[in-house]
Amino acid sequence: MSHIKHLLKTPRYGGLLALVLICLLLPLLLQNAYQFDVAIKVGISAVVVVGLNLLIGYTGQISLGHAGFFGLGAYSSAILTVNYEWSALAALLAGSVGVGLIAFVLARPILKLKGHYLAMATLGLGIIISIVIATEDWLTGGPDGMGVGPFMLFDYEIYGEKAWYWVVAALLVLSVWLALNIIDSPVGRALRAVHGSEVAAQVAGIDTTHYKVLVFVFSAVIASVMGSVFAHYSGFVTPTEAGFFHSIELVTMVVLGGMASTYGGILGALILVLLPQLLSGLEDLEMIIFGLILMLTMIFMPKGLLPTVTGRLKGGKA
Amino acid sequence: MKPWSQIIGSLTLSLVALSPSAWAADNIKIGSFLAVTGPASFLGDPELKTLQMTIEEINAEGGVLGRQLELVHYDSQGSAGKARTFVKRLIDSDEVDVIVGGSASGETLAVIPLMERSGMPFVSLAGAVSIVDPVKRWVFKTPHTDRMAAGKIFAHMKQNGISQIAMISGTGGFGKSGLKQSKEVAGEYGIKILSSETYGPKDTDMTAQLTKIKNTAGVQAVLNFGFGQGPAIVTKNYKQLGIQVPLFQSHGVASKKYIELAGDAAEGVKLPASALLLAEQLPEGDAQKPVIMAYKQKYEARYNSPVSSFGGHALDGLMLVVNAMKQAGSTDKEAVRAALEQTRGYMGTAGEVNMSEKDHLGLDLTAFRMLEIRNGSWQMVN
Repeated sequence: MSHIKHLLKTPRYGGLLALVLICLLLPLLLQNAYQFDVAIKVGISAVVVVGLNLLIGYTGQISLGHAGFFGLGAYSSAILTVNYEWSALAALLAGSVGVGLIAFVLARPILKLKGHYLAMATLGLGIIISIVIATEDWLTGGPDGMGVGPFMLFDYEIYGEKAWYWVVAALLVLSVWLALNIIDSPVGRALRAVHGSEVAAQVAGIDTTHYKVLVFVFSAVIASVMGSVFAHYSGFVTPTEAGFFHSIELVTMVVLGGMASTYGGILGALILVLLPQLLSGLEDLEMIIFGLILMLTMIFMPKGLLPTVTGRLKGGKA
Repeated sequence: MKPWSQIIGSLTLSLVALSPSAWAADNIKIGSFLAVTGPASFLGDPELKTLQMTIEEINAEGGVLGRQLELVHYDSQGSAGKARTFVKRLIDSDEVDVIVGGSASGETLAVIPLMERSGMPFVSLAGAVSIVDPVKRWVFKTPHTDRMAAGKIFAHMKQNGISQIAMISGTGGFGKSGLKQSKEVAGEYGIKILSSETYGPKDTDMTAQLTKIKNTAGVQAVLNFGFGQGPAIVTKNYKQLGIQVPLFQSHGVASKKYIELAGDAAEGVKLPASALLLAEQLPEGDAQKPVIMAYKQKYEARYNSPVSSFGGHALDGLMLVVNAMKQAGSTDKEAVRAALEQTRGYMGTAGEVNMSEKDHLGLDLTAFRMLEIRNGSWQMVN
């Protein structure tokens, strides 16, 4: 028993259990399809952020192009199911394999770059993807976007906000479990070594490029899968999903919630999706207050929300 | 510190607005989602202002069916994803009676399935012809389509003995859709498109494309479908190259900004536009004149900025809904929808609206006027 108690106190399982409980109990509080919709939007972003956090928070590599991968996943599902009548699951898998390959091929040259140059390269990548999607209108429907059919899993159709809530919740728990396992494995330690000092990591015998590529591809595939999920859930995709601002939004979620904090990323997604909904009654002031909250958080809690708060609770120091 | 007190004042006001109990329960709720910020804000901003102004005015006169109108608006920023969430909120959480909104075509197309599923009367303010073609049971729209603009231009060309033209269009959503619709309707007017060139949204020089057009034999006129600064650059390059055949623009340039940007080069350019641009020039007997003048004067007096046809679309959308509610004698969704479909002879800023089961737009080509730019101003031509 004491062994289990000990396990539950570790962030690896204690936090996971809390997350499962929250996911199970939340539907009791949600009253209508709109509130389920917001929860699903939080969930979809949160999964992408959990993947992205491995890259940004743990490995210390910035990516300003992850919405591009999200968009690629979304459009693969849209195009393959609508234009070529593939099954939704096959399209999702094909999309994520394709994105994985693209990310793998691009990762080596891109991840040789550091700091601003890495940011610029991933930024360029994301923008190129969104431009291609917006201009190839014979395939993608152009700037106005295109409709996507429902997600048919064998003969069962995932339909409605409640069904999608459970799908996204399951994916969220799965992604957190995967991320925690990676972080606590030799791979995770290698990643943190890269973050600390890439040179020192190399001296210690770590193939830093290999690990950087690995985590880049992993996070890109996660983004692609969630892009597919988003496409089928919302039933409509536009180039905005692959756009620069969506990339920035994802990075902001990581930084706001707490870099190198898996649960922090989820909190970041929660706040960034929920805040515009809460502030929407303020009309003209919405953007000002939104920006102000982000600024104040970053000035007074530079490590991000969750690490700062838990740090204060534990030891009184941020 | 006046600005601060204003901010705090509006903050408290909006917090009050957030709590539903602050409102009387029997208001008629008009839901709306518009691109008030973001790249499409030039559409959403006048639309929202028009809705707010008109609803205030209607309420001051006693409301509709003896009830006050209440506007529930969210800023979609032109994003289809955000629009979908807000529409779910309008339908499920705010429980609005009707939705008037959707500044851009993308966000409108994205929410149509939601409207159809929940049976919500919806008047869109976006341009694309695919919104109402094929007809959807619950979806209506007020602005002219690109297809109508192309039709109007081609009809005018035909009248003036032009049958062979060249096209140059932007690669943005508007230009692309315009090119597609133009190609589809050209045949109906016996117009042949001899060559078709494109330019990117950020291009600063179109001389190369225009030189190619200049050297194409048999071109009697050039049509440019585009938005923003592109058409102004085309117009300037056109003059610089000394191309003699007439230049036609689409309704996408129907704003004073275009004349400012293109300067003298814009002299003689012809385009189709909503009558709103001509307000004062319309002949006294014109049935549209009183509607347009009233809107223009009120809007310009209140916001101190010129009216645009986009705001006009919002006015038309709201008034169609209000008239339908009066006609139906209730806010029952099916009754309002049926009444919207029965709209006959409503004179709006975009023209006379005659809806039917097969036509949820209800405008015809007469809704557009052909204009020519003379002495830096619009002049009606026939």
